[in-house]
Amino acid sequence: MSEKEIKNLEALFDQRIARDEKIEPKDWMPEKYRKTHIRQISQHAHSEIVGMLPEGNWITRAPSMRRKVALLAKVQDEAGHGLYLYSACETLGISRDELFEQLHTGKAKYSSIFNYPTITWADIGAIGWLVDGAAIINQVPLCSTSYGPYARAMIRVCKEESFHQRQGYEIMMTLAGGSPEQKELAQDALNRWWWPSLMMLGPTDAESVHTEQSMKWKLKRKTNDELRQQFIDQTVPQADLIGLRIPDPDLKWNEETNHYDFGAIDWDEFWQVVKGHGPCNTERLSARIQAWEEGEWVRDAAVAYADKKEDKKLKKAI
Amino acid sequence: MDNSLYNYILGISDNTLILGQRLSELCGHGPNLETDIACTNIALDLLGQTRSYYQYVAKLSEGQSTEDDIAFLRTEREYKNILLVEQPNTNFGYVIIRQFFYDVFHLLLLRELQNSKDETLAAIAKKGIKEVSYHQRFSSDWVKRLGDGTKTSHNKIQEAVDDLWKFTDELFYLTEDDKSAVISGIGVDVSLLKSSYYQIVEEVLQEATLTIPELKWFRKGGKEGIHSEHMGYLLSDLQYMQRTYPNMKW
Amino acid sequence: MKKNWPLWEVFVRSKNGLEHRHFGSLHAADADMALENARDVYTRRSEGVSIWVVPSKHITASNPEHHGELFEPAQDKVYRHPTFYNLPDEVKHM
Repeated sequence: MSEKEIKNLEALFDQRIARDEKIEPKDWMPEKYRKTHIRQISQHAHSEIVGMLPEGNWITRAPSMRRKVALLAKVQDEAGHGLYLYSACETLGISRDELFEQLHTGKAKYSSIFNYPTITWADIGAIGWLVDGAAIINQVPLCSTSYGPYARAMIRVCKEESFHQRQGYEIMMTLAGGSPEQKELAQDALNRWWWPSLMMLGPTDAESVHTEQSMKWKLKRKTNDELRQQFIDQTVPQADLIGLRIPDPDLKWNEETNHYDFGAIDWDEFWQVVKGHGPCNTERLSARIQAWEEGEWVRDAAVAYADKKEDKKLKKAI
Repeated sequence: MDNSLYNYILGISDNTLILGQRLSELCGHGPNLETDIACTNIALDLLGQTRSYYQYVAKLSEGQSTEDDIAFLRTEREYKNILLVEQPNTNFGYVIIRQFFYDVFHLLLLRELQNSKDETLAAIAKKGIKEVSYHQRFSSDWVKRLGDGTKTSHNKIQEAVDDLWKFTDELFYLTEDDKSAVISGIGVDVSLLKSSYYQIVEEVLQEATLTIPELKWFRKGGKEGIHSEHMGYLLSDLQYMQRTYPNMKW
Repeated sequence: MKKNWPLWEVFVRSKNGLEHRHFGSLHAADADMALENARDVYTRRSEGVSIWVVPSKHITASNPEHHGELFEPAQDKVYRHPTFYNLPDEVKHM
């Protein structure tokens, strides 16, 4: 194809998206569209399965049977969401094994928030409330993104996620309304998870490299800063309601803007964690690699067994 | 409260608790996503059954204890699960064999228990049969895949069979409380399940090209509260929160 | 060795009376496992009463480049639709 022809196709392609038409796997798409989608969808999928680890850390120690089954079901959902997203990604011509390879070699990224440790039970509440809360804000607009398989996966994810945040907030509410010791657990968790949750919505618009293109392809509907403001505005009253204090001395309602003003985010910390120097980067990645490597003989056995069965069937037919 | 009935029910439900706890350790660490999700489903079934039993036991105790007291606040000697279910997740072969050895027994047990004179137990059993039938199907399929898969998988799962076989006989042991539950028409005489059990197990192992161990000695003790050394660590995880922060609502 | 589990497409009937609908895909070594995995992955919230699984490689798909010749000729066949026919409003049951 000549360069001019490609330009032409690209223009038509952009018009389709502008008309809110969906792009499906076999449709022609610019190489950059394919690559960007592989990057974003797989990063999203990796975040789901790496995200299982910090919460999975507390399944065996959950404080009641009710909490135990809820947490187990929640972490299992994350495996499911990872699976839906990997499947969506595979429609772009890359295999799940290749995507795992990218994760394991550090070539692919996942959400930095999961590099923070879960050191008390209250962290499970904070993750459900804040991290899932921020994730939902990010995810809901993706239900109408331009790439069909991604949008469909996100619809399923969002439907299932609705219990996750409630689960987390209920944990926090119970702690905040419990003994002084429990309330302290809740406040401590909020203190540690608040700022990383704000960072989770991505670098400021000035620093964000992908925003413009992503807006055009409907991978993004709002900028990072808009999403962050939305998150803060909706979360502060939730903290007030259960008597917890947001750890930001500069946080103040602004009558003029109708939004909360908030303090400066420590972006140095954010970039440190992104670059692999967070508290748990090594642990998270090695847990994933270990599970994958230790599972190899199991996966191989299943293929070998299936082949044998297929052979037997063929022999019978002859 | 009828102590004997209380103990009889714990003798069933501690197995589902401890096996559920073991399986839930795997969540996020399975050989691939699909298998991870499947194992977690089994864990959720088992923990769900445990909750039904414990809630019933709590009701029998007339306000003396709650579901969570029973799950979290007993000493090791008071847990009545068999040794098999507390064995660690050494590798996926052990996970599957432990599951399979328990599933076959579990299904036979529930099929009898649904005829119990105790209506609540009968109802819990009836509901459980559907879940456990699926567990047995899942674990038997995997026994065959690993047994008749590659040479590596065959050796690994054979090792698990050889190692865990010694815990199977305890399934058919009756404590004094079990005996009185049988006499009153509430409990199941598990010793009668033995021949069906080994017939099913051996059939699947044979199909999986695995060798049935010729073991003449077996280990038991869990039902009387004498556990393996693994149990203490399992309980310190399980009980951590309730022990660290006593008398609180979560 | 390292051979990947093939991809399967999953179709679920959410209740009797409805058709099987494409729900998504998953990996499995064989058909039995694909069915079991589909049950565990796609019907955790009682979404289904029946499942079909099909190896993805056995699906033949139409080519979007042939969209014009395949689908556009149907667009001007308006007489296939009831609104093509002009009837007075007084006619009932039609």
